Amino acid sequence: MSLVNTRNLSEVKLAEDQIRRDKRTTSLRKWLTVAFFVVPGMAVFTIFVLNPIAQSVRYSFYDWNGLGPLTDYQEFGNYERLFAHDVFIKSVQHTLVIMSLSLLIQLPVALAVALSVSRGALPGRRAFRALLFIPYVFSEIITAIIWLYVLHPNDGLVNTVLGSLVTDYKNQAWLGADLVLYSVFAVLVWKYFGFYMILYMASIQNVPKDLEEAARMDGATELGVLRHITVPLMGPTIRLTIYLAIVGSIQQFAIIWILTTGGGINNSAQVISTYLYKYGLQRFKPGYGSAIAVVLFVFTFAFSILYQQFIMRRDYED
Amino acid sequence: MRTKLSLFIMAILMVIVSSVSAQDTVTIKWWHINTNTAEGAFWQTIADEFVAANPGVTIEITVLENEAFKSRLFTVMQSGEAPDLFQSWGGGVLWEFAEAGLLRNIAPELDANDGEWRNSFSAQAALNLFELDGESYGVPWTWGAVGMFYNKALFEQAGLDPENPPATWEEFVAAIEALKEAGITPISLGGKDKWPGHFWWVYAAIRLGGQEAFLNAYNRTGSFADEPFVKAGEYVQSLVDMGAFPENFMALTYGDQFTLTANGGAAMELMGQWSPGNYNNVVEGGLGDDLGWFPFPMIPDGLGNPGDVLGGGDGYAVGANAPDATIDFLKYLTSVDVQRRAAEVWVIPTVGEAEDVVTDNPVFASIIKARNEAPYFQLYYDQFLPPALGGEVNDAVESLLAGLATPEETAARIEDMASFELED
Repeated sequence: MSLVNTRNLSEVKLAEDQIRRDKRTTSLRKWLTVAFFVVPGMAVFTIFVLNPIAQSVRYSFYDWNGLGPLTDYQEFGNYERLFAHDVFIKSVQHTLVIMSLSLLIQLPVALAVALSVSRGALPGRRAFRALLFIPYVFSEIITAIIWLYVLHPNDGLVNTVLGSLVTDYKNQAWLGADLVLYSVFAVLVWKYFGFYMILYMASIQNVPKDLEEAARMDGATELGVLRHITVPLMGPTIRLTIYLAIVGSIQQFAIIWILTTGGGINNSAQVISTYLYKYGLQRFKPGYGSAIAVVLFVFTFAFSILYQQFIMRRDYED
Repeated sequence: MRTKLSLFIMAILMVIVSSVSAQDTVTIKWWHINTNTAEGAFWQTIADEFVAANPGVTIEITVLENEAFKSRLFTVMQSGEAPDLFQSWGGGVLWEFAEAGLLRNIAPELDANDGEWRNSFSAQAALNLFELDGESYGVPWTWGAVGMFYNKALFEQAGLDPENPPATWEEFVAAIEALKEAGITPISLGGKDKWPGHFWWVYAAIRLGGQEAFLNAYNRTGSFADEPFVKAGEYVQSLVDMGAFPENFMALTYGDQFTLTANGGAAMELMGQWSPGNYNNVVEGGLGDDLGWFPFPMIPDGLGNPGDVLGGGDGYAVGANAPDATIDFLKYLTSVDVQRRAAEVWVIPTVGEAEDVVTDNPVFASIIKARNEAPYFQLYYDQFLPPALGGEVNDAVESLLAGLATPEETAARIEDMASFELED
């Protein structure tokens, strides 16, 4: 017995050594494997993402026209000018308007349409679905150019149609100072509505049908099923779309830039991203532009971290 | 097998030989913005001629649309690699490139042989805009003046004397009223593109304050909120209130503007020397003999000279690393022969000896006269001033034309940007 035990013990010891050795090689191998996959990505990320961010921060402290070396150190001069510039304040307000409108109008409507298209047995709903999704496929530039024609004040489609329907109709300047922000929002809804709709429809597919059936058996109304079963179960998708809509309205550039030729008359549709391009790059002030970009970055980054941490985190955890 | 091998060796030899000869050739990288078919074709012909006459030189042409050119040029300039020869309007933008050491000084070539090349230019004011601190970086090849293009037939229709266009502001206002009464849109304007509108404000300021007011504001001994600049806004506003511009003109582009004039939809247009070319693109032959030109009218009690001119044109600047052949090519571009031939397509010659080609063209002849004799020649603000300030002038005047800002607010907004951009 004891012999066996000793033998066993020594064997166990040997085996343990083996395992330890194995562990060391596996851990080395594991690290090599991790490095093999991470290093190239990390290198690209460092060179093309982290490095430009760091450079922007540096540029933002200089008055610089983008040519030649950085010589004119300004401390926080660019930032002071930025927060004192009424056009920047305006563009922050406009960005917030577009953001709120897209949260309060675009997402609820997309949700409503997605629910009615996927649940009801509407005839031709597949065609309807495709039709609503088409605008999302268009490039932003093409979208903006099409809408420039549609909204043209003298012979655009909207004014022509309204003119033939409404008596005494006076042509409206849809891209004029008063209406331009809302026209831009309408175009953005037209463009991105289909994207949110498709996300919601995919999410509806994942709601277990038996839960809905069970609720109905227990006497829940259709509205009750929606409110207490379907929509709550779509939670992760809804939280994701809110995030995308907010970040999307901050980043939106091409459509607004083209529709408003650089922010609209009297900066009536200037948003942060167009302000950055116009006052920073188009006018040869990359130092100033970098200050704008840094402010925009800090805001978006802080928002993303907080939103991920407090709102979307539960969706990732098992 | 043997034949294959020898073919292979021959192929390698050919590659070596051709790469050796490639090393001997010089390539000139030329960026121009003449996207119009006839103009682009003309430049191609000139390049081909030069290449044929100069073995070993090749010219690589990049044609870009105006706005695309500006943004792409800025990108390559940031990387420190200027094209060898590229479109430039002179003034503030060019000077920024020069200060960053991105341009080649061509003063030695201009001054060679007792300044033979330099003195061949009649548009000396234009040549100065390509200079900074005694160094030269480029030359103008077409240069003109902004002025009023008008349709003589429509003037006649409104009971105005087509051969005696308005010279003073009162006559100008009277002409506008007469045209309106005859049911004719007096002035075409594409407000959406901003720069066509800014001509009105700048020209009014030139007539009201003259060179002194501008230099004071520019050198910071005065300000863009000074009286002439505020009053300029009032004159522009009075035209809007009068209904001198087309319906919804703030939504029209410059393309809409010249199309309207070319089709006889409006009687006048304040624009530069390239207008007739655009009319020709809309209607074969343009306005023909109905086209006339007169300088911006004189404003009562204005301190400027009625002959002062706002204008500009096109030139080519030379990049810092341009091979010597670039300068030879630029000399060829501005030779009397090429200038004469270019004038037949669209150019208003900058070389004195070539000016005779426009004698049978009264419109171009008056523009050349205005340009050469101007006591004070002001380059377009958006080229002369730092880009941030020039852009702000365009924006501020746009708001004024749209009725969203008062003349005082317009001047104050420009001054606010000037106080940042013109500190030194």
